[in-house]
Amino acid sequence: MAILARTPADGPLLEVRGLSVAYATRAGEVRAVTDFDLTVGESEAVGLVGESGCGKSTVAGAIMCHVGGNGRICAGSIRLRGQELTRMRGEELRRLRGAEIGMVYQEPMSALNPSMTIGRQLMEVPLHHLPGCTRGIARARALKVLADVKLADPERMMSAYPHQLSGGQQQRVVIAMAMLADPSLLLLDEPTTALDVTVEASILELIREIRQTTGTAVLYISHNLGLILETCSRVAVMYAGQVVEEGPVRQVFEDPRHPYTRGLVGCVVAPGRNKASNPLKPIRGQVPLPHERPRGCRFGPRCDHFLAGRCDAGSVPMFDAAGSGAHRVRCLRWKEIGREAEPAVADSPPPREAQQVVLRSDGLKKYYPLYDRSVLAVISGRRVRWVKANEELSFEARRGQTVAIVGESGCGKSTFARVLMGLETATSGRLLFDGADLAGLPVRRRSEAQLSALQMVFQNPDETLNPSRTVGSQIARAVRKLGGEKGRDRIAERVHHLLDLVKLPRGLAERRPRQLSGGQKQRIGIARAFAGQPAMVVCDEPVSALDVSVQAAVTGVLTDIQRRHGTTLLFISHDLPVVRYLADRIVVMYLGQIMEEGTADEVFAPPYHPYTEALLSAVPVADTSVKRKRIVLEGSPPSVLDPPGGCPFHTRCPRKLGRICEKERPPARRTESGHLIRCHIPMDELRKVEPVIKSAIC
Amino acid sequence: MSENGLTDRALRVFRHIGSLGESRIAAAGAVIILFWALVAIFAGEIAAYGPNAQLVPFQPPGASAPDGGTFWLGTDHLGRDILSRIAFGSRTVLIYATSATAAAYAVGIVMGLAAGYMRGWIDDVLSRVADLILSFPVLVLYVVIITTFGPSGLNIVLAVVFASAPGIMRIVRSLTLDLSSRDYVAAAETRGESAWYVMFAEILPNARGPLIVDACLRLGYTTITIGVLGFFGLGLPPPDPDWGGMISAGRAMATFAPHMTVFPALAISSLVLGLNMLADGLREISMKD
Repeated sequence: MAILARTPADGPLLEVRGLSVAYATRAGEVRAVTDFDLTVGESEAVGLVGESGCGKSTVAGAIMCHVGGNGRICAGSIRLRGQELTRMRGEELRRLRGAEIGMVYQEPMSALNPSMTIGRQLMEVPLHHLPGCTRGIARARALKVLADVKLADPERMMSAYPHQLSGGQQQRVVIAMAMLADPSLLLLDEPTTALDVTVEASILELIREIRQTTGTAVLYISHNLGLILETCSRVAVMYAGQVVEEGPVRQVFEDPRHPYTRGLVGCVVAPGRNKASNPLKPIRGQVPLPHERPRGCRFGPRCDHFLAGRCDAGSVPMFDAAGSGAHRVRCLRWKEIGREAEPAVADSPPPREAQQVVLRSDGLKKYYPLYDRSVLAVISGRRVRWVKANEELSFEARRGQTVAIVGESGCGKSTFARVLMGLETATSGRLLFDGADLAGLPVRRRSEAQLSALQMVFQNPDETLNPSRTVGSQIARAVRKLGGEKGRDRIAERVHHLLDLVKLPRGLAERRPRQLSGGQKQRIGIARAFAGQPAMVVCDEPVSALDVSVQAAVTGVLTDIQRRHGTTLLFISHDLPVVRYLADRIVVMYLGQIMEEGTADEVFAPPYHPYTEALLSAVPVADTSVKRKRIVLEGSPPSVLDPPGGCPFHTRCPRKLGRICEKERPPARRTESGHLIRCHIPMDELRKVEPVIKSAIC
Repeated sequence: MSENGLTDRALRVFRHIGSLGESRIAAAGAVIILFWALVAIFAGEIAAYGPNAQLVPFQPPGASAPDGGTFWLGTDHLGRDILSRIAFGSRTVLIYATSATAAAYAVGIVMGLAAGYMRGWIDDVLSRVADLILSFPVLVLYVVIITTFGPSGLNIVLAVVFASAPGIMRIVRSLTLDLSSRDYVAAAETRGESAWYVMFAEILPNARGPLIVDACLRLGYTTITIGVLGFFGLGLPPPDPDWGGMISAGRAMATFAPHMTVFPALAISSLVLGLNMLADGLREISMKD
């Protein structure tokens, strides 16, 4: 990338002062962002964190001067190198967007035009923004920028359409497009939220490199604290449209002064954190809607340190917490509230004596046929190809245990859940649940007892409930079908009991799903699953779509119910910290196969399977006291339609031995304690591997 | 409890009607439809004469009647008051268009849900049957059905059902395919709900938005269809008033008695326009959410 020494300016690169943005809605004008200040220096990386609904993306839009048809910047100034952006119009603004500010969005697929080749979309940028640019020059620049973002084979990439690329590749193209004009500021709005951890790690690596070579300043918007900690030097914490704390990233994390920041940090699953010894502390309540914001401190209603008469007296200014102006906080009581001593880490409870096995999966296979009707296929006789979603899955889950299945998207973990629930039937193998084989038993042929013993909590809070019916009636239906309750009063009573169980007010029963927040919907989903006292509940990424503060509350509810009822949880997730926190046993899957299986402690410490090692190292850690090894996997997982022979991971494995990995399926090696690793590397050698996460203190 | 639920429901209905105000076009459409609905209800009060009473032929609009009244829209070749016939004719149109559309929807929804949710051979059979019916020109279908079974109110309804149910089925089927993949459908399946319950309680209520819009449009088409059938003499048997039949009867005399065709034509087009505007407006409102 062309590195030009930028003309050094005296002031900061970007200076936002007193910004207010309002949207016109049915309920009248809503102020999404009020009195927002932010400074980004030349080549600086600044993070912007907060729960959803705090106005982070609105700020990004305002900096691009793009707030949508119903939005308007009603006050404040945004200066880029001293130029006022809010007063710019038309041509001036267009030039600025193309040349000075680049933007990368959360959903790469919707940021690219599906009907145009990558090459055309990239070439448009210089053709429109560079005066006198010819097609030849544009093409050369596009090729170069594709190489810069580490995309293999840029020539081929130029003629590809967006849908032919993987999510990670798409995001690289979007970054390439943003970097084409060599901007001085790059806005990243949750650029990796939609991607797998290993892909996320490689994108972060790329952003880091770009910053090193070009000196581009970055404004990184994310809800992931660990990510901000790793990428940024300064952070601004946003709450309900305002910055509530701002300062150097390490200082804010190690010594948060605002109760909200402290709450956010308390919700994050740090390594070594465990549901028994060190439970997460959720922030109660939720972000107020703009027209419901309280007087005075906006965090007041959710704050443990709230003082009536003082905190709700008037608007709260920013205080200087460091004396140098570097660390500022919007809290009246910041001096009084000390950082409470973390509760001493209790010893983890003694491992429960082996309970009876509830579920045993025995060589379970699920193949999907894919019919190829092309002439070529008919001639060659290869008309059916198989998608091997699950290959030989064998593991067991005991009563009261939490067993987690982890892996990247497409590894077959959700397919297993569907087979277990009877939404699909297995191709072969056995799935023993409570003495009966469920592998070939579709849900329609299962008995009532089997149905209520095995229930599921779904991933997407917006789809888990029927939008046209009240949540109470939906729980009541589950109670009638699964709990076998009869009679209006008995059912109503049970519905109330279930709402209490998931810690929701009973009045919510009359509401419709769209009147609830994402976390509340997920809790209703949990209440519904527990309607009939299930022996086992399958949770398919139940918290992945939720904010960290809400995640903590929902996982808390789940583990609480589990402890009380002795339910077995099968927890499907790609989020390793959450899994580490919740699970007793972990199954690591890759391309439909189990790579590693063991207790949480075994899986998270050497010996690792090389894939587990890479997964672990890809997760950003929200803890300043640990160091983590970085292993960046190249490429994305191969297609399940055409899985590599031998070990499925050999195409990306950093510890590949050689031919043997391509030819032979690795043996399942087990330690005495039952820890299983499927790798050609001998266990003793794997044991010598350094742990991924090391405490920096010791 | 049930009383409470009832007032709740009434409140919701009012709120829905209130939301029509958010789109001017929807409000205007609703006003036109309401106007015709009132005309149909109070036809007896609006019409000064019986719909088939023969008075003075070929009176221009505004001519005074022998009993001292006025033929506001004139009279036809048999001396019947056009205003009275349009007023009574609105009953025919509204009743038959609504019931035919409703019947078509009942059939189309069941077929579409079954095809979209059950898939497999049921989908194959239903979809091919629908393709077959849709491959005929609609008008030919109507003419064949009604000439075979004879013109009557019931046969008009049956013909409309036969011709439009496949189109409705296709819409319902595609909506069902989309909604079937939602988690709440999987949740219903995993608690052992019957296919009927899943289709009618979990899927159908969530497909109502696009279906209501389509129903308004389709009600408009059916109004036109009934008009066209009347025009061809395949509508309700005379002498009962039928807007399409009135246009047809006045056609030959359109040069010297244009009021005989103009007013019933205006009646049809305004009703259809109202329905189309309501459909457009509803779509606009649904996009806002």
